[in-house]
Amino acid sequence: MDEKTLDDIISQYDAPSGRLLGILGEIQNRERYIPRELLEMLSAKLKIPLSHLYSLVTFYSFFSLQPVGDHRVTVCMGTACHVKGAAAILTTLEQLLCLPEGVTEETRSPVTTEDNAFTLEIARCFGACSIAPVLRVDNHLYGYATPDGLPAILEEYGWRKHED
Amino acid sequence: MKIKSYAGFINRQCVGLQKLKPDIPRITVGLATCGAAVGGTVIFERLKRSIEEQGLDISLIPTGCIGYCREEPIVTITHPGKPLVLLHRVCEDDTDEILRAVASGSVPFDKALCRIEAWDHLMGCTVKYGTGFDQIPLYDEIPFFGRQHKVILRDAGLINPEDVDEFLAVGGYSAAYLALTEMRPNQVLDEVERSGLRGRGGAGFPAGLKWRITKEKKSDKKYIICNADEGDPGAYMNRNEMESDPHMLIEGMILGAYAIGVEEGLIYIRAEYPLAIKRLTCALEQARKSGILGTNIFGSGFSFDIQIATGAGAFVCGESTALIASIEGRTGRPHPRPPRLTDAGLWGKPTDLNNVETWCNVPVIIKNGVDWYTEIGAENNTGTKVFSLVGDVERVGLVEVPLGTSINTIVFDVGNGGAEGKPVKAVQTGGPSGGCIPVRLFDTTVDFESLNAIGSIMGSGGIVVMDEDTNMVDIARYFISFATGESCGKCIPCREGLKHTLLLLNRILAGKGTETDLVTLQDLSETIVATSLCGLGQTAPNPVLTTLAYFREEYDALVKS
Repeated sequence: MDEKTLDDIISQYDAPSGRLLGILGEIQNRERYIPRELLEMLSAKLKIPLSHLYSLVTFYSFFSLQPVGDHRVTVCMGTACHVKGAAAILTTLEQLLCLPEGVTEETRSPVTTEDNAFTLEIARCFGACSIAPVLRVDNHLYGYATPDGLPAILEEYGWRKHED
Repeated sequence: MKIKSYAGFINRQCVGLQKLKPDIPRITVGLATCGAAVGGTVIFERLKRSIEEQGLDISLIPTGCIGYCREEPIVTITHPGKPLVLLHRVCEDDTDEILRAVASGSVPFDKALCRIEAWDHLMGCTVKYGTGFDQIPLYDEIPFFGRQHKVILRDAGLINPEDVDEFLAVGGYSAAYLALTEMRPNQVLDEVERSGLRGRGGAGFPAGLKWRITKEKKSDKKYIICNADEGDPGAYMNRNEMESDPHMLIEGMILGAYAIGVEEGLIYIRAEYPLAIKRLTCALEQARKSGILGTNIFGSGFSFDIQIATGAGAFVCGESTALIASIEGRTGRPHPRPPRLTDAGLWGKPTDLNNVETWCNVPVIIKNGVDWYTEIGAENNTGTKVFSLVGDVERVGLVEVPLGTSINTIVFDVGNGGAEGKPVKAVQTGGPSGGCIPVRLFDTTVDFESLNAIGSIMGSGGIVVMDEDTNMVDIARYFISFATGESCGKCIPCREGLKHTLLLLNRILAGKGTETDLVTLQDLSETIVATSLCGLGQTAPNPVLTTLAYFREEYDALVKS
């Protein structure tokens, strides 16, 4: 993102209410993470200490300081999903993406595959409880998910079964 | 065009009615988040393409969700003079058959769920569709619908949420028009106070009283805010209310702003709801263009506007002081109250904060009056409540019933019991702050006091059904894990207490727990309840306390083995 784009985003938020989270949200949506250079630039432009902006991006789970993979897979861990078997969905995804089992819940932060193709993370609740269990790949929501159905979903995003 | 007179208002109603009941067949597709995800979007695009290619004279409209989520995708068909017919479990391959039937003046009967001959939108407007297609059951004959009482969801799934004209057609904004042109602010406030409306976000504080306290504060500036940070896992009624009928929320806020005397309002909405944000943004813009928001609303001299502020994924921001911190661009950590928001809220000014559904109740109260409203519900618990009935239940969906309805009615009469016929073991209400209620207590009525009395809470209205396969200790662990992750870390009881509760539960579930651990678990939970700073910590142990009270044998079995 160049300086002009950042200026444009800042100018959209002229009212003080909701301003900082709004700007950071735009950066996150466009870059898919918050690069340090942009945070520094924003700090200088708004005359807000970098430490304050850093506290925001680390407090709110929507923001990520690390670049994410080409596709972002988010598993909903809401109550309805939990009751309907979200744990099995998460474990299966970790297996399919060759990630250590349990790493997503343990670290509570997004985990990216070695080839940078996928980032796996958990969400607290999408509010799509009626079609539980649910997962999202990029901006696409998949309801009534089953472990057996996961390879087919991942294949839509270029995933191929690992041949040992 | 801005509406500045009664004639202008009626004119726009007529325009809307022509869209709602055109002279040609109208097909709608339920496109709230869930419906869209399970095929609604594909069906809508396919229908659109076919209608264009075949040059058919059919009106195709996106709607929100009618609430019967298990039967999605839902498509409706209305022929002029005929009833509105609901089709259920529609798939992409059905679209050709649907268009063939519609083109020949019929409907695909094998896909039909029910028919609606007339619909009372409760805002002085009954839409009469017509009669015919008698072989299809009536709406009220469908058990899932028949036992409900729709007030808040009266328009959901029937009107186009992205078209203010359709909202106007069903009587929308007529309460705001009436109030701004014929009522004094105090009259509006009196009505809301006398209606007994209580906060639908969970705490049940009288809404009118909160308005009055804010109104009576002396200040150069005041705010009203809508709390749309629906964070409880298992609850999604607010999302649907905003996605299906966003103008209803705006109308409620206009009435509140007028009663309290406020010019600036905000909707704080979680980032996880992109479609609700999109539809609200669209609705706000249309309302401004129509002279319903902004300066000199309806030519009445009253000015008010609403801004959207988005969250960024922090459960604690549903708590009022954390929510304010978040809007002001700070980390969402609660502070002790007082001062309350009504004393010093946003930017230190008196602020009235109400939940989405609380605001949505206001227009019907002003339109139909206190007597009409207080007929619905129970004593000190007037009106309806929308619940999301999810989990191991046969008929998953959004259920709106009068307050004071029993859990039995909701789970068995509306929901038809466990999914695939399995026996139901418990329900969990109130999200991470709520409790697990065993089936033997299902004659408990859902109202603010009764649920508190058995250790749970109403919360925002999520009801998660659990069948006999569910391990209740695991459920307690699930919620404590949630609360641990979402604790803001400011006070020790919540930050450290919950962490140790989680360690205890993990040990018990691993079969390594002892009798002493159960005693510690109980003591620790009670301490967290008594000493935490904000509502999140004070209620977080409820899932442990209720499962210990009602499902003690499951803990005992784990400890002994």
